[in-house]
Amino acid sequence: MNTLARVRDVLRRDRTFNHTIVEENSFLQGSHSVHHNTLDTSHGPVLYLENVSVSFDGFQALNKLSLYIDDGELRCIIGPNGAGKTTMMDVITGKTRPDTGLVYFGQTMDLTQMAEHDIATAGIGRKFQKPTIFPEHSVWENLELAMKTDKGVWHTLFTVLNAEQKARIEEVMLIIGLQKHCYARANLLSHGQKQWLEIGMLLMQDPRVLLVDEPVAGMTHQEMDRTAELLTSLAGKHSVVVVEHDMDFVRSIANQVTVLHEGSVLAEGTMDEVQHNQKVIEVYLGE
Amino acid sequence: MIINRFFPQFMHQDTGGKWLLSLLALVTIIVIVLNFLIPLLLPELSVLHMSNYMVTLLGKYLCLALLAIALDLVWGYCGILSLGHAAFFALGGYAMGMYLMRQIGDRGVYGNPELPDFMVFLNWHELPWYWSGFESFAFTALMILLVPGLLAYVFGWMTFRSRVTGVYLSIMTQALTYALMLAFFRNEMGLGGNNGLTDFKDILGFSLQSDGTRIIIFTLSAIALATGYIASRFIVESKLGKIVVAIRDAELRTRFIGYKVEDFKLWIFVFSAMLAGVAGALYVPQVGIINPGEFSPLNSIELAIWVAIGGRGTLFGAVIGALLVNYAKTYFTGALPEFWLFALGTLFIVSTLYLPKGIVGLFEGFQNKLKEKTA
Repeated sequence: MNTLARVRDVLRRDRTFNHTIVEENSFLQGSHSVHHNTLDTSHGPVLYLENVSVSFDGFQALNKLSLYIDDGELRCIIGPNGAGKTTMMDVITGKTRPDTGLVYFGQTMDLTQMAEHDIATAGIGRKFQKPTIFPEHSVWENLELAMKTDKGVWHTLFTVLNAEQKARIEEVMLIIGLQKHCYARANLLSHGQKQWLEIGMLLMQDPRVLLVDEPVAGMTHQEMDRTAELLTSLAGKHSVVVVEHDMDFVRSIANQVTVLHEGSVLAEGTMDEVQHNQKVIEVYLGE
Repeated sequence: MIINRFFPQFMHQDTGGKWLLSLLALVTIIVIVLNFLIPLLLPELSVLHMSNYMVTLLGKYLCLALLAIALDLVWGYCGILSLGHAAFFALGGYAMGMYLMRQIGDRGVYGNPELPDFMVFLNWHELPWYWSGFESFAFTALMILLVPGLLAYVFGWMTFRSRVTGVYLSIMTQALTYALMLAFFRNEMGLGGNNGLTDFKDILGFSLQSDGTRIIIFTLSAIALATGYIASRFIVESKLGKIVVAIRDAELRTRFIGYKVEDFKLWIFVFSAMLAGVAGALYVPQVGIINPGEFSPLNSIELAIWVAIGGRGTLFGAVIGALLVNYAKTYFTGALPEFWLFALGTLFIVSTLYLPKGIVGLFEGFQNKLKEKTA
């Protein structure tokens, strides 16, 4: 055998080496997890949940939940305790990973593959049930920290606020009505003010979708009215998803209501339709 | 305020820090004047000469204060209670110790120009690979930062990524320092076993026993403490510092407004470890020995006590705590040795019960009361 033949033998074209085989899995994942930084809402909805199931130690928190949120809409989600409202938010924000199902932000971003901070930067802001703010920071600093900007470690070490960013903080401060308390430490604020501050922090992130968990819990009536005003004014520019127990409040803001029960959608429609829905009445009032 | 001219912009609000650094500068100048200028110019006034013991003791305190700042950064500001921080201090110390061992040359007991005494004693014939490079001071200086930094990076990367927090993290840091102590106790480590590294002679060609060298090392310690303090103050006043406090107070919130919490924890942890390494490196030439006892878990716990007593989350509180407790320790271990641990325990209990914010908190309380009265 001459040299050429020997080389040919080694490099036979019908032989496949393991490392040359593209793993099926990685190939699939590659096409799934392409998340471009631009949000594609060309088909209408900004948020897709399809057949999402989550169970904790045998408890089915979400059961084939499918839900679509349109760009710019204000949606209220109601449901009895344990219906899966908070779990749904956990799934969207990446805190909990679904057992099965698809969760997409726009057409391209697969939220089940993204880390919490990536989801937040991509444009999904979340307000927790219990007002969660930075107690030792001033109102101003709370807003400053939430601001949409480079959130890398080295950048934050040397950054200083520019005029535009200061203007943005002042603007949001006006929207949430806390300009008088600008330099007050956040844990000195009243409960309602803390809720607003947290909403303000979401606004600073400039998100496309705001997930708001029980915004009026523990608020006085005046505060509730102001919150309703605030949330309705935000819809249009942002999609707002509100989880709430207080029916009067829901009636005052929502045109579209989704009722969750035992981890899936029970009914969907306007508040009136939903209230007269037989299944909803059964769930809420019992047989 | 005229005093502000001497300090960078970000320290103008930091009254405690300004006092501290001014005092530090004053003490350093006094030491230099008493022990260097007066003997040189007016030898008849040598009564004022401070003993070498005093200078070294003060220098030691300054190193420990720098270590306390390092812990305060991660504990007081980021909420990570590291109970293994003395390990980074000891690693920095060992790096310096290795350099000082190489400086001995053939003046050791066995007169071997290449090998330190303990290796000759163990019948070793050549230097292990990890000793190479330590004959150079520049290399050593790099290692003083890199070795503690790298350990902190690897440890932090694994723990913060798995979201280990609170007591579990503290226990793991204790295990880390304990494991290192056991490893360094072994003769096979090639780092002197339980005797550690000692019998140092020179640093950069200057005798460690001479007055001049001692004053220079003392001054360097003061400079390191001041630089460490200013750098740490810069960090906590920056946006990064605010984020770190935000992580301490509401980690989940920080994550959901888009910060990668692990990165921030890791950054501050590595920085703190490097600071501790520098403190250890300056400590070793002053005490003249480094041994595995420095890795003892007790040291790290004691360190946490200094910070708690001084007032965590204030930086200068940590310094005050370190100086005060160590002065008390020197006094008690001299006067009433058997009472020291009782005194330390009492101090800790009193400070947790009555001074939740440490000694600094006490002063702030007084200040607020004064303000109320005048208002």
